[in-house]
Amino acid sequence: MKSKVNIKTVSYYATLGILVIFFLMPAYMAVVTALKQPGDITLPTSWDLPATLNWASFSEAFAMLRPNLVNSFILTICATAGSTILGSLNGYVFSKWKFKGSEIIFTLFLFGMFIPYQVILIPLFQTLRAMNLYGGLPGLILAHIVYGLPITSLIFRNFYAQIPDSLIESARLDGAGFFSVYLKLVFPLSIPGFVVTSLWQFTQIWNEFLWAITLTRHSENPITVGLANLAGGQAVSWNLPMAGSIMAALPVLCIYIFLGRYFIRGLLAGSVKE
Amino acid sequence: MREVSRDRIKAFLTLLPSIVLIGIFVYGFIGNTIWISLTDWGGVAALAEHPVKHFIGIQNYVDLFTGFLEGRFRQDMVNAVFYSVSLLAGAVGLGMFIAILLDRKPKGEDFLRTVFLYPMSLSFIVSGTIWRWMLAPQGGVNILPTYAGFKPLTFKWLSAKTTVLAFNWQNLLQIGLYLVAVITIIIGFIVYRNSRSKSVKWLAIGALSGLTAWIGGDMLPKALILEEIHGFNLATLGIIMATIWQYSGYTMALYLAGFNGISQDLHDAAMLDGASTSAYYTHIAIPMLKPITISAVIILSHISLKMFDLIFSMTGPDNAETGHPALNMYLTTFRANEFARGASIAIVLFLLAATFIIPYLITQYKQRRTR
Repeated sequence: MKSKVNIKTVSYYATLGILVIFFLMPAYMAVVTALKQPGDITLPTSWDLPATLNWASFSEAFAMLRPNLVNSFILTICATAGSTILGSLNGYVFSKWKFKGSEIIFTLFLFGMFIPYQVILIPLFQTLRAMNLYGGLPGLILAHIVYGLPITSLIFRNFYAQIPDSLIESARLDGAGFFSVYLKLVFPLSIPGFVVTSLWQFTQIWNEFLWAITLTRHSENPITVGLANLAGGQAVSWNLPMAGSIMAALPVLCIYIFLGRYFIRGLLAGSVKE
Repeated sequence: MREVSRDRIKAFLTLLPSIVLIGIFVYGFIGNTIWISLTDWGGVAALAEHPVKHFIGIQNYVDLFTGFLEGRFRQDMVNAVFYSVSLLAGAVGLGMFIAILLDRKPKGEDFLRTVFLYPMSLSFIVSGTIWRWMLAPQGGVNILPTYAGFKPLTFKWLSAKTTVLAFNWQNLLQIGLYLVAVITIIIGFIVYRNSRSKSVKWLAIGALSGLTAWIGGDMLPKALILEEIHGFNLATLGIIMATIWQYSGYTMALYLAGFNGISQDLHDAAMLDGASTSAYYTHIAIPMLKPITISAVIILSHISLKMFDLIFSMTGPDNAETGHPALNMYLTTFRANEFARGASIAIVLFLLAATFIIPYLITQYKQRRTR
């Protein structure tokens, strides 16, 4: 068996190695730069390891980004909860209570997930202004709940398709109505569905930028806008934007690394393939 | 039976709020944007309580494509086209390549998959910030060759002024016809094996539009009065690279899921019949996963059309070389307060997206009904 270590295997693992380096390069760069003293950061030495570790960048960046992080947590948790619960109910109807035209309505829902959001931005801005919701988090939460409905309904619809219809039928023969079937039978079975959907929504909403920058005031800016301001500002030494990037990435990276299985399921669901 | 019908009403009422919300926020808003794009809403008093708007027809669109002042929008459109095509080729190609590598089940497969997919979970603002630093002219990527003993690169990733594949916007119609000719003739050759008559039709369309463009030449109507050169701005290469870095993991995950779905028996049978590994992928696995390729293409084109965050964070909003219609829409609307003009850019983006999303959703819908 040892003779199997031939040129083919070596070049195979070498290719994988090069790819790994390419994919990890930006992460390495971010960590190394964040840990350098501001004075040590120069372009020609950008790949070098820091001479002395400077953890202060993180506390400094955290002090600047703290309000944005708080805003993002409020926004993300509220909007994720809202869109996931509504999506679960919609998915239940779309999958177990089909009516004439429900498939067309479902397709019309899906369309909402594929539009470039620039096309609804001006009316959204106007509507939130008219409702006195412009500038604050509630307006942004509303937008994320509404435009989250297509994907959450889709994931739950496909998830509930796995529950056999016969199970629903027998529950109904026992006298359970629309809501009691949901509460007693469907909901307890859908915990994995809730995990997949809410992780997906959490990541999407946490990372969103277009609405965040157009629909919120400075004091209500979520983390993506905070980071863009920090990095876009003039004459900031690069350790701060890098530390900020790491902090902004950390919650979603944790989800991805520790709950990756569920994250990938959300990702695959987003491609509409059933 | 009464209970059943009451439950049906409850089901519909549960769905109703979402139907209303989607109806207003998606369809109503799109309609509203179309209407705004046909007005002259904009200028100093645009943000007044009741702004003055006049209906001006398609003037905004005419200006975008032929107006003297909107040259930047036209370059943005050209950028978007090159950006989409490169992203599709790069992310689908690299993702497929990595999936084929991982399908051989190397040691540490889980670790490798995690490494290739983690960029996908990041915000574009995070990746844009990091890549901007990596692509700084005298550091990062440009000095990598020095570690292997070569001279450093001097390419200005995000601000290069070089343009390749340049063409004159005046000749838009002629170039469009040539493109149609090339694409239909290629399709004609591809379907030749399956159906001769269809192939002849495609080839005829191609030949006709090619001839029109060639003979028509200078006689074809011009899109502009003055010459205006646009092309592939090399400054967008950095953005293309960052997007491929972020999204090839996604196509990899799609293809890996697909490869796992192909039964081991089929794989073994192909190998027993003497198929080489590359033949297995090119003739069996990849053709079987055509629906996955289509999904990936649709989703990546959709992402490339609304690309705003990454460009914003990599180059700032005002870098003309790397402009994009999605960014232009934001600047026109919320920086310059030209709401009607911004709406018309948004509608152009929307129409581009709709041309491939609507057919896709219709096929999905038909598939669900036949099941």
